[in-house]
Amino acid sequence: MEREQKKRKILTIAALIFSACLLYLFTIIFDSYQLRIVNLCGIYITLGLSLNLIYGFTGLFSLGHAGFMAVGAYTTALLTMPPELKEMNFFLEPIVPWLANTEWSFLPALMMGGASAALVGFLIGAPVLKLRDDYLAIATLGFAEIIRIIFTNTQSITNGPLGLKGLPPYTSIWWSWGVAFVSILFMVYLFKGSYGRAFIAIREDEVAAETMGINLFRHKILSFTIGSFMAGVGGGLLAHLMGTIDPLMFRFMLTFNILLVVVLGGMGSISGSVISAIVITVLMEYLRFLDGPMNFGLFSINAIPGLRMVIFSIMLMIVILFFQRGLMGNRELSWDFLFRKKKALKDTVEGE
Amino acid sequence: MSFEIFLQHFSNALSLGSLYALIAIGYTMVYGILRLINFAHGDIFMLGGYFAFYALTTFLMPWWVGFIVAIGITAVLGMSIEKVAYKPLRDSPKVSVLISAIGVSFLIESLGVVVFGGVQKAFPIPDLFGQVIVFGNISIVSVNFFIPAIAFVCLFFLMYLVNFTKTGMAMRALSKDHETARLMAIDVDRIISYTFGLGSLLAAVGGIMWGMKYPQLYPLMGLMPGLKCFIAAVVGGIGNITGAVIGGLVIGFIEIMTVAFMPSLSGYRDAFAFILLIIILLVKPSGLMGENLTEKV
Repeated sequence: MEREQKKRKILTIAALIFSACLLYLFTIIFDSYQLRIVNLCGIYITLGLSLNLIYGFTGLFSLGHAGFMAVGAYTTALLTMPPELKEMNFFLEPIVPWLANTEWSFLPALMMGGASAALVGFLIGAPVLKLRDDYLAIATLGFAEIIRIIFTNTQSITNGPLGLKGLPPYTSIWWSWGVAFVSILFMVYLFKGSYGRAFIAIREDEVAAETMGINLFRHKILSFTIGSFMAGVGGGLLAHLMGTIDPLMFRFMLTFNILLVVVLGGMGSISGSVISAIVITVLMEYLRFLDGPMNFGLFSINAIPGLRMVIFSIMLMIVILFFQRGLMGNRELSWDFLFRKKKALKDTVEGE
Repeated sequence: MSFEIFLQHFSNALSLGSLYALIAIGYTMVYGILRLINFAHGDIFMLGGYFAFYALTTFLMPWWVGFIVAIGITAVLGMSIEKVAYKPLRDSPKVSVLISAIGVSFLIESLGVVVFGGVQKAFPIPDLFGQVIVFGNISIVSVNFFIPAIAFVCLFFLMYLVNFTKTGMAMRALSKDHETARLMAIDVDRIISYTFGLGSLLAAVGGIMWGMKYPQLYPLMGLMPGLKCFIAAVVGGIGNITGAVIGGLVIGFIEIMTVAFMPSLSGYRDAFAFILLIIILLVKPSGLMGENLTEKV
């Protein structure tokens, strides 16, 4: 048994080193556009995991993710922007004095972005987590909209609808995938411990969980706050990858993309979210040709902008109508899982 | 603020509130029967406006024919959405149906961008609705009188349908208990289909009126009104038709009057409804007119 565990540990470390090498290889052979997609994959993994923690594992159907990302993105961006850049951006109305001269390095700014998103998540969660299912969805969606509307109107802090431009491009592959790996590890360990198990118990049956002595409210708000923290960090990374943020970026559409990741990957599966985050991000870029003009040899059609989103909505519908469990259901892609599959395959072959 | 300006705002608020009420009824009826937020309802509203636009401009129908055709098509479409996207999930968890509804909503919006184009279209307003009526110092576009009147007529018929016909009785039975309703020989699927048809019909009426009041059509126009009208339904007490009307009027008046009295808040206009929602959910989750529901275990 111990040998088995040791073997698995070595395999895990080998896989980590292998993925690090792979990422390093990407930085050499890929051009900047392809690298951007690899970056986006990493960010979407973090975001997908954060929503999966709230919805897939704890069963709180929250549609407020775009709002938390906006808080994280704006906080990080405002803290990292050098003062000259701020002066350039805020030409309509000067920035508030207490923000004008701050210039933090990326890591503390990112953590601060996550922390402020977590604070907002905590403040929102405290009143709305009493609600369930669809009411919770609408209330969180409402809060996300309110956050966006506030950001549009507070000209002297967020530069309003003009947004922030020319953000320093701090997000590299090491940042986005580093954060993704930390998130994956965190989730794995969280669900090995009592807190994670309590979250799952709440998802399965609130009443039963409560009778087992789980403090519902405390665990719900914990899950919600951690999820908001991760969403905020993801938002900060996204801001420094894009280089430009404005309130319109954080509409419901963004939450929809992340929901797609969670639903496709399987609610309550860490590896499912990771796989589907990569699949969806790559597909989203790959299917860009749909929005441009197409040539079918015999005939060609003009550019139809928006066709890509049609495909994605149909994808979500098909998954929810026919494959409700998503790619992985609530299973995990672990070494055990892989070995057992292999063994089962071998057994059936031998049996025949 | 002078009395004339107040009257102007009042008529504006009344017509906006009536529009919200028309859409909110669809939400409240579907929620009453299926316990589902029909996320696509706002997009059905958008489609109603677009269908009327094409009937009037491309097919050059007289306006009343065009409006009736558009309303009919929208109602059929609403029924087919239920058949395709919600019916297979009737026994699934609530949230799965909600995700399906979100998917339908995005599908309609993105199809709207593909088919109708993302550019705003100007709604052709028939003369009857476009006249400016002047009383002394106030001038009001006639559509602002028609909207509350039409909303009232629709509401009257709906009330009759729900309270005094067999179909209406079946709807009320379904909203209490599906199983028992089935045992009473009610064709559950057909009644649900009717409910969707009726809700979509009212949404289409709302969409056409909206097109005449704010004469621009764009594929995402249903998103905000859709969310606000769901809020109106919650504020009034979800599942309650009178409540939906009251909720719609309340939100319409809050939006117009707050901006009228405090112009500095105009940027926050879209947030009022959400703030109201959160207050209602915290103070009286059953809504103004709703019954207290005890959560079943």
